[in-house]
Amino acid sequence: MANDNDTKFEESLKGLAGTDRAKRAMPGPGVQTQDVEEHVSVTALREQFGDAVLRHEQHAGDEHVVFVKPERLREIVAWLKDEASQRYDLLKDVTCVDYGGGRPIQVLYELWSIPNRRQLRVKVELPLDGLEVDSVTPLFATANWHEREAYDMFGVTFRGHPDLRRILMPENYQEGHPLRKDFPLRGRFSRAEQTRRALALDMEDYYTPAELELRKRKGEATAEPGAQRSLPETAGQPGGARSVPGEEAQAGGGEDEA
Amino acid sequence: MSTRTVEYSVSSNPEMGMDGRPVASPVFPVGMEPEFQGEHMLINIGPQHPATHGVLRLVLELDGETVVKCTPHIGYLHSSFEKLGEYRGWNQIIPLTDRMDYLAPLIYNVAYAAAVEKLMGVEITERCKVVRVMLMELDRIFSHLIWIGTTAIDIGAFTVFLWTFEERERIYNLHEALTGARITTSATRIGGMMADLPPGFTEAVQHFVDTLPKTLDEVEALLTNNNLWVGRNQDIAVIGAEDAVNCGLTGPNLRASGVPYDVRKDRPYYDYDTYDFDVPVAEHGDCYDRYLVRMEEMRQSLRILQQTLDRLPDGPINVDDPRLILPSKTDCMSDMESMIHHFKVVMEGIPAPAGESWFSVESSKGELGMYVVSDGGSKPVRWRVRGPSFVNISTLAKLVEGHLVADVIAANASLDIVLGEIDR
Repeated sequence: MANDNDTKFEESLKGLAGTDRAKRAMPGPGVQTQDVEEHVSVTALREQFGDAVLRHEQHAGDEHVVFVKPERLREIVAWLKDEASQRYDLLKDVTCVDYGGGRPIQVLYELWSIPNRRQLRVKVELPLDGLEVDSVTPLFATANWHEREAYDMFGVTFRGHPDLRRILMPENYQEGHPLRKDFPLRGRFSRAEQTRRALALDMEDYYTPAELELRKRKGEATAEPGAQRSLPETAGQPGGARSVPGEEAQAGGGEDEA
Repeated sequence: MSTRTVEYSVSSNPEMGMDGRPVASPVFPVGMEPEFQGEHMLINIGPQHPATHGVLRLVLELDGETVVKCTPHIGYLHSSFEKLGEYRGWNQIIPLTDRMDYLAPLIYNVAYAAAVEKLMGVEITERCKVVRVMLMELDRIFSHLIWIGTTAIDIGAFTVFLWTFEERERIYNLHEALTGARITTSATRIGGMMADLPPGFTEAVQHFVDTLPKTLDEVEALLTNNNLWVGRNQDIAVIGAEDAVNCGLTGPNLRASGVPYDVRKDRPYYDYDTYDFDVPVAEHGDCYDRYLVRMEEMRQSLRILQQTLDRLPDGPINVDDPRLILPSKTDCMSDMESMIHHFKVVMEGIPAPAGESWFSVESSKGELGMYVVSDGGSKPVRWRVRGPSFVNISTLAKLVEGHLVADVIAANASLDIVLGEIDR
């Protein structure tokens, strides 16, 4: 009886969620992990790559999701793209899902084959302490910006990406990766601090490193990009690095050495 | 079908060479060009510039007047809608969706509701399906009209802008009659619509369907054969079929390159396979073909609109499911059960089954994918929008390389972007 009371107590702690939510939940197709319908490409992937294919799920009725090993991801996507019987030529999306609670972050690749009219979602799971996966930008040009967004929002590093920079947030954004579950909705800093940082921004921050290189080549006076960014304490002080030409040259030289 | 029906007449235009291309008139006599240093110049367009169609910023590296490299900078409108969505119930996200593409808000409302309904396994009513198709096609025209107006004004034709905005005003009025709002419609709900069509709505749509072709004819008469229009658009920002697919382009931009991919035909939703319409496909993949495809698409949308008007069935607009739909106010005030349902739907939200779903619709700008992930709660774990504009603008750098600065404006306009959805 004591056990029974304990469970009742624990259920009561859950509030409304613990009582009749399960009865009210929309039934829906949900996830199928057993008795998944056969998908031509998944079968072919299993034959081709063996145990690199981890599991196959079916979501919302007709959506096939296949989990693969992260280290063989690029190889598998390349095979799906180029193999004559598969031809997944349209990469619709690359994005991430964070379930929170320290669970691994999923990176998903939504593929569509225009000739075969077939859908396949390839997923990899990355542990929070190893957020790295090969970039598929060499295969799909469209992955370039999608991967930049995934990097910006989730902090996943894509190895071999030609230009992995933040895309939606400013280049010198200090607060982390906003779409992660451990990121608070209103940001990490107070409103006053955010305003102070915004006002302390340097014009140089609005250009990419490549563009700044170009300006340097032209011999225009530029400050070292990292000198003022991310350090609002020094940026606010009068007589910064840009006021004395000699110091600018030193700052520029310092960057080259680094 | 090929939509390029117009061949330019050389005889009527002295600025055109015999091959139909504009003749380049050199500023300096041949052989006497001054030696330039070959210095590249960096210029900045935007973020506050009308020709960028929003707060887009482009940094161009120029060699003379030729673009060597173009770097788009985005994020000025970033509102983190996807993060906000994780803190809202399924129905509360709908107002966020129309603030993305404010040029075709109803398409976004419908796509989001459809994704959640797919996740929950809800089959909406027949009337609701037809109404949603009607609203989506209406907004496709809505978006294409502003596209043609603003693109023409970028190229230098002012009149078209006034004509198309006059037509858009009529769709604004339809939005207002349906939802009370002109831009931020928020018209759908999970399992149905906010409200059924108001009295007189179908008649107004019928009037619109009957009268719009005249304006389209007038616009085409102004532009299609126009010297300036042809010269500024043909062979500008060309992208081939294979490249276009590889870059992820969809919608009119992809079909202008000759790939007949349309979600309405390739993965039909809402019984699009039972409607009779054609998908215009061009072959050159330049700005001019993108214009032709969009003009033809508007006419095809009118065809679909006519069919929705003809087949619009009677019956309920919302599914009969108290777990999803709020009871009527009268029931709520007189019936205990309805009161309880109302309370539960409002206070607890709608618990969705664990899982995920992706729903693609053919938006006016390309394929719009809505991706929702649920862990069984009444809020999403992740809500992702695969916006077509985001992909379109990512190809801009590739398209304008080697073109003149003025062509950057034409190329950017021809892609049809809306920054609210790019930055989200």
